Amino acid sequence: MHNLFKIALRNLLRYRRRTLLTTSLIAIGVVFVLLFVAVTGSFKNMMIAQTTDSMLGHLQVHRKGYVASIDNLPLNLNLKGEGLAKLEKILDGRPEVEAWSPRIKFGAMFSTFVETTNIRLNGINPARELATVPLLAARLLEGEATLDPGRIWIPELLARGMKVAVGDTVVVVATNQDGSVNGRQLVVAGILESATGPGGRDGYLHIEDAAAILRLTAPETSEVAIRLHDFKRLPAFAAELDVLLAQELNQQGKPIYELHTWEKLSPFYNIARMIEVMTFFVKLMLIAIVLVSIMNVMIMAVYERIREIGTMAAIGTLPGRILAMFMLEGFSLGVVGAAGGGLFGLLLIKLLNLAEISYDFGRQQGLILQAEIAWGELALISLIVVAGAVLASLQPAFKASRLDPIKALRHV
Amino acid sequence: MNLVTARDIGKEYQAGEIRVRALVGLSFDIAPASFVSFVGPSGSGKTTLLNLIGCLDTPTSGTLTVADTDVRKLDRRAGARFRGRNIGFIFQDFNLLPVLTVAENIEYPLQLVLELPAAERRRRVRALLAAVEMEPQADKYPDQISGGQKQRVAVARALVGRPKLVLADEPTANLDHQTAMRVIDLMKRMRDEFATTFIFSTHDPKVVGEAEIIHTLEDGRLLKSENGTGGHHAQSV
Ligand SMILES: Nc1ncnc2c1ncn2[C@@H]1O[C@H](COP(=O)(O)OP(=O)(O)O)[C@@H](O)[C@H]1O
Ligand SMILES: [Mg+2]
Repeated sequence: MHNLFKIALRNLLRYRRRTLLTTSLIAIGVVFVLLFVAVTGSFKNMMIAQTTDSMLGHLQVHRKGYVASIDNLPLNLNLKGEGLAKLEKILDGRPEVEAWSPRIKFGAMFSTFVETTNIRLNGINPARELATVPLLAARLLEGEATLDPGRIWIPELLARGMKVAVGDTVVVVATNQDGSVNGRQLVVAGILESATGPGGRDGYLHIEDAAAILRLTAPETSEVAIRLHDFKRLPAFAAELDVLLAQELNQQGKPIYELHTWEKLSPFYNIARMIEVMTFFVKLMLIAIVLVSIMNVMIMAVYERIREIGTMAAIGTLPGRILAMFMLEGFSLGVVGAAGGGLFGLLLIKLLNLAEISYDFGRQQGLILQAEIAWGELALISLIVVAGAVLASLQPAFKASRLDPIKALRHV
Repeated sequence: MNLVTARDIGKEYQAGEIRVRALVGLSFDIAPASFVSFVGPSGSGKTTLLNLIGCLDTPTSGTLTVADTDVRKLDRRAGARFRGRNIGFIFQDFNLLPVLTVAENIEYPLQLVLELPAAERRRRVRALLAAVEMEPQADKYPDQISGGQKQRVAVARALVGRPKLVLADEPTANLDHQTAMRVIDLMKRMRDEFATTFIFSTHDPKVVGEAEIIHTLEDGRLLKSENGTGGHHAQSV
C-alpha cells in the first residue's frame, strides 16, 4: 500500500504540468463554492437573525387558530387563565429557553387630534421583549430604548404620514372584546424602522396600557415569542415543545395551543430556502467539475502507461493492486485539489471579512459582510471532492486492471 | 522431472477473416537449470511461444505444463499469482518502471508481488545489485542509465523473486553486440549462481551460439533442436 502510494504520487509528479492544471481546476471550483457558501450563508444568517431578533423571536405560541386569523388580531383568541398559566410554567421549566415575551396584539385608532388612522399595536413588557428580540431596540430610528407606561413606539411610515415626532402626545382608541370603546393619551417615545414580515409595521406600548385600554380584568396574551440560548437547537426544541403543548387539551378535547417556528411566520424563509437550493446546485457543479477533470486525467494516465501496466501485470502484480494504484492517483488529485482550494478559500474569506464590505438589506443599511464557513461545511465540500475523485478514477483504474498483458506490452 | 513440457501445442489467431497459425504442433521438454534459446526469423512464432510458456496466453491445442501446472487451468488472477512466484521476465525494451529507482525496480516484485518483509527485501536487493554490478547506480532512475545497464537491472528484477524460470524475449535486440554478449554472459552466470532456467529468444546469429540448447523455429514449426557451442553445461535434447 505504502509503495503503491509512492508510485502513484511519483506518477503525478511525472506529469507535473497536467497534475498542476487539474488540481488547480478543482481548487478553483472549491474556492468558488466556499466563497458562495460563505457569502450567501452570511447573508442568510443575517436575514434570519434580523427577522428573528428584531420581531419574531425564534418561535411563537398562540391559542389554536390565532395565526390563521392574525390579520384581524382577534381578541377572542387570546390565551388567558389556566391556558396561559400552564404555558408559562412549561416555558419557565425549559433550560433551552433564554427568554420569552408575552404580547397583547390589537388593532386601534390612532389620533393626533388633527388626523386619525388605524394602527396595529403590541402591548409588551419592555424588559422581556428586549430580552427575546434584542434587535428591536436597533430598529428605533429616533427616541429611546425604554418604554415606560404612558409611552408608545410608532412605526416610521405612520410617523411620517401623520407628521408625528418624538415627544408628541397622541390618542389610542380601541374596542375591547365586549364592544366597549376606550381611549388613552400616550406620548411618542420612539419611531421604529419598518421591517418586512408580520408585525413589521406595528407600534408598541406597555402591556399595562394595553390591558387598561382593553379593560382586561385578568392577564391575557395574544402571542408568546420565545428565544432560545442556542438557535441551532431550534428544530429539536420545537419538536419537543410541540409534543408537550399538544398534550394540553380544552374541555372539547381539542388542543389549546399552536406553535410556529420563525420559518412558518416569515416570508424570508423562502429566500433562505432558495439560497439553500442554489448552494446545492453550486455543489452539484463542483461535483461535475471534479468528475470530468479527474476522469479525463485518469483516462490519459492509463493510456500513456499501457506498457507499464502490461509490465506490472506480466511480472505478477494482481489486478486489484493495479486498480488500487490508479485509484490512489485519482484520490491524491482530489485531496490536493480539496486541500489547496480549502486553504485558498479560507484565506479569501478572511480577506473578504477584513475588507469590511458593507451592504444594504431592505431598509437596513451599512451591514458589514461577515462571510463565514462552518467546519462541517468545509469537511462536506472536501469529502464531495475526494469522493468524486475516487469515483471518477474507478472506471479508468478498472480498465487498467483488466488490460491483457500481451496486448499492453505490444502497445506503442 | 522437466520444468516445461510441451506436447503438440498449437496457437491460432483470428485476425479478422484470416486465421493465423502462429504455432503448429510443437513438442519439447526443458529441464531445470538449463540455458535454452529459441531462434528464428521475425514472425516465426518466438514471442507467441514465450508468451505461452510465460502463462500470459494459452495454447489453442496440445498440452503445456510449466512447473507441474497446466497453464490452461489458470485464470487471470491465478495466472498473475503463478507468474509472480515461478517466472521472471526480461523484455526487449527493458520495461523498467520509470518512476522507480534502480533499487526500487529490483525491489518491486518482492514488495508488490511476493510481499516479503522489509529486511528480507533489502538483503535480496543488495545481493542482486552486487550480482549485476549495479550498486553505484542503485539510486538512479532508469532514464539516467544506459541500455545495457537497464537490461542488467531487468535481469536482477527477474531473478530477485527466485523464480524457477526466467523468460527473455529478444533481450539483446536493442543492445549493441558487445553489450549484448555481456548481458547473455550475465544471464548465464546467474543461471550458474541461482540454478534458474533461462529461456531466451533471438534472431541474432551471434547471440544464438551462447545457448546450450538451441531450438530453431520457422513458420511456427520446430525445425530442429541442437546443442549450442557456447555452453559448458550443454545437455542433449
Ligand atoms: N495477436 C495476434 N493476432 C494475429 N496474429 C498474430 C498475433 N500475434 C502474433 N501473430 C502472428 O503470429 C506469427 C508469429 O508472431 P510472433 O510470435 O510475434 O513471431 P516472432 O516473435 O518470432 O517475430 C506472426 O505471423 C504474427 O503476425
Ligand atoms: Mg517477437
